[in-house]
Amino acid sequence: MTTAPVIPASRGTIAIRSENVSRHYRMGETLIRAVEGVSLEIHSGQFVALLGSSGSGKSSMLNLMAGLDRPTSGSVIVQDRDLAKMSREELAKYRLHVVGMVFQSFNLIASMTVAENVELPLRFAEVERSRRETLAHEALERVGLRARMNHRPSELSGGEQQRAALARALINRPQLLLADEPTGNLDSHTGTEIMDLVREFNQQLGMTVVMVTHERALAERYAQRMIFLADGKLIDDRPNAPATTQGKEV
Amino acid sequence: MKIPDLTQLALRNLRESVLRNSLTTVGISVGVASLVAMLSLGTGLQQLFTRRLAKSGLFDTVIVSSRREMRGMGREEERNGPNPGESRVLDESARLEMEKLPGVDEAYPDIRFATELRFDDKPHLTMISALPESAKSNDSFEGMQGSFFTSENAPEVILQKSFAEELLGKTPPLGTPDPGVAELAPPLLGKELTMRYAQRESASPAAGATNPTDVAGAAYSVVSREQKLKIIGISDLDPESMRGPMRAKVFLPLKLAESLHVMQPTDLREISSATSNQPVYSSVSVRVKNPNQVQPIEASIKKMGFTTFSILDASRSLQQVFRVLYAFLGIFGSLALTVASIGIVNTLVMAILERRREIGIMKAIGASDRDIQKLFFAEAGAMGILGGIVGVVLGWAIGQIINFGTNIYLRSQSIPPEHFWAVPLWLAVFAVAFAFVVSLVSGLYPAGRAARLDPVQALRYE
Repeated sequence: MTTAPVIPASRGTIAIRSENVSRHYRMGETLIRAVEGVSLEIHSGQFVALLGSSGSGKSSMLNLMAGLDRPTSGSVIVQDRDLAKMSREELAKYRLHVVGMVFQSFNLIASMTVAENVELPLRFAEVERSRRETLAHEALERVGLRARMNHRPSELSGGEQQRAALARALINRPQLLLADEPTGNLDSHTGTEIMDLVREFNQQLGMTVVMVTHERALAERYAQRMIFLADGKLIDDRPNAPATTQGKEV
Repeated sequence: MKIPDLTQLALRNLRESVLRNSLTTVGISVGVASLVAMLSLGTGLQQLFTRRLAKSGLFDTVIVSSRREMRGMGREEERNGPNPGESRVLDESARLEMEKLPGVDEAYPDIRFATELRFDDKPHLTMISALPESAKSNDSFEGMQGSFFTSENAPEVILQKSFAEELLGKTPPLGTPDPGVAELAPPLLGKELTMRYAQRESASPAAGATNPTDVAGAAYSVVSREQKLKIIGISDLDPESMRGPMRAKVFLPLKLAESLHVMQPTDLREISSATSNQPVYSSVSVRVKNPNQVQPIEASIKKMGFTTFSILDASRSLQQVFRVLYAFLGIFGSLALTVASIGIVNTLVMAILERRREIGIMKAIGASDRDIQKLFFAEAGAMGILGGIVGVVLGWAIGQIINFGTNIYLRSQSIPPEHFWAVPLWLAVFAVAFAFVVSLVSGLYPAGRAARLDPVQALRYE
């Protein structure tokens, strides 16, 4: 297996800082306070789990960190820049170069092969075709999917699709890996495989990982820190000693 | 995103909903085809008219005469022309000078004279004119029975229909239809006519004397001669329609007419004014290569000291008429393309709805608004170019079919076939470019809408 380039992670420095962040939606007459005054700091290289029940605001918080959404008030600071003040163009660049995202439903583009899906961010980054192919091969190699690179997502199992999505998240060598319920659609065995890969990225490549989950056991197994949200508010933030052994079912 | 990547992604997306996109593209093709068909009809008609006008000889001929002539006295242009005393003699050297002017095809002397023709021992007085070889392409001889002169000095003659009627005693009473040339030709073709004419014979010493002051043409005698001429053609149309009362009904080859030295009205005047032994002409016809050049050439001939006459360049006003016709045909042709462009908008808006989640994914992994916008533009543009190319081919094919059909009809009416339809390269290129631009404009709204999609909402879409 070839190794993907390692990102120099300066552990200990602050990767993400949110200051009194709120995100409110209006649905008809009702105001929904998805995130309400959340302040937190996540250090570079940390593996953080955002926990909470459905509707607790954890996914909204992740979207704010990903630059997919803007806070109603407060600020989200990444690399000394406030995402709330960035233009749409700048946010797109931020998502392209700084963030890698993994979703519960994999979100691969059905009309493209696995390799094309993986190299798609590089097209937006205007990377040369030959370089794109090399990097895609490397990323697929890392997630053990090189043999299936010319298949369409529909021809892959759920675990394979999520591995392809991980390869896509990895390809631009981001500093942040944001995962929204990455094992939500997988059986526990496959979920473990995926989580092992995420941990590998965190430990070997030095990526800061923020994972949204409602499974406390999963968070305890992998995360170094657990942040609990309820009704949009941060209710608990505690360190965790993750299991060091790999391959156990969660 | 780079253009090759955009193109590749756009084509892939078009292939994904192949039926819908093909139908939209067919819509554009039909729109472009109708536009091409309309404009090529306009172009074809313009070319046809221009060709016809050029062949008619009405608009590419300048008739040159000398102010010393009495002919045409009192015409406005002559009043503005040079003083009769200062005017040059219209002789061979002047003719050669005119022929050398840029844009001039040929300059030939107008030899025309009234004389007596005998046919079946009956005398007929008529105006005779000489025709150069180039007159063969004049469309007055289209539909002629028989043939054109076999050579430039063959003792042959072409008759205008009305003279043929006179010879046969078949002149129809007013208000009754003319007999066709096909009916008049058989009893006349191959028959002989006898032309009686007055030949001018030089009485001076040898022609071509070295002394320039020698008044070689100053004295001559007039001898009555006869020339047998074979009738080889009967022309339906009147090649001399612009000459008014001077028009001839009988035509001789130019070289033959020159060699006959028929006594001309100028000869009388020549006695007093000729300064050389060169032939002097009453008028010279200057044929211009392009009707647009008639005016400048007329001006330079005037500067040489002659009086000129031409029918005002009709091609210019014709162009104006065609510009209006083009605009109308273009508007009608564009209607179908407008409908097709609505089809593009519809297809792309549908594509946005279908690919909403895909757009969300692309944005989540780093696509900018502009990337998404460009992608939809590329899809619209690809449909436009593809539809444009197919449309041009379709329009061309429609034109060919209509040309073919019309010519079958024309032939059945014994009218020579014509080319009504022309798809010039500029029209093909313009049509494809126009389809491309129309598609891009149609893509403006869908592309903008796709670009503005909120990624969080789009990702939630199932």
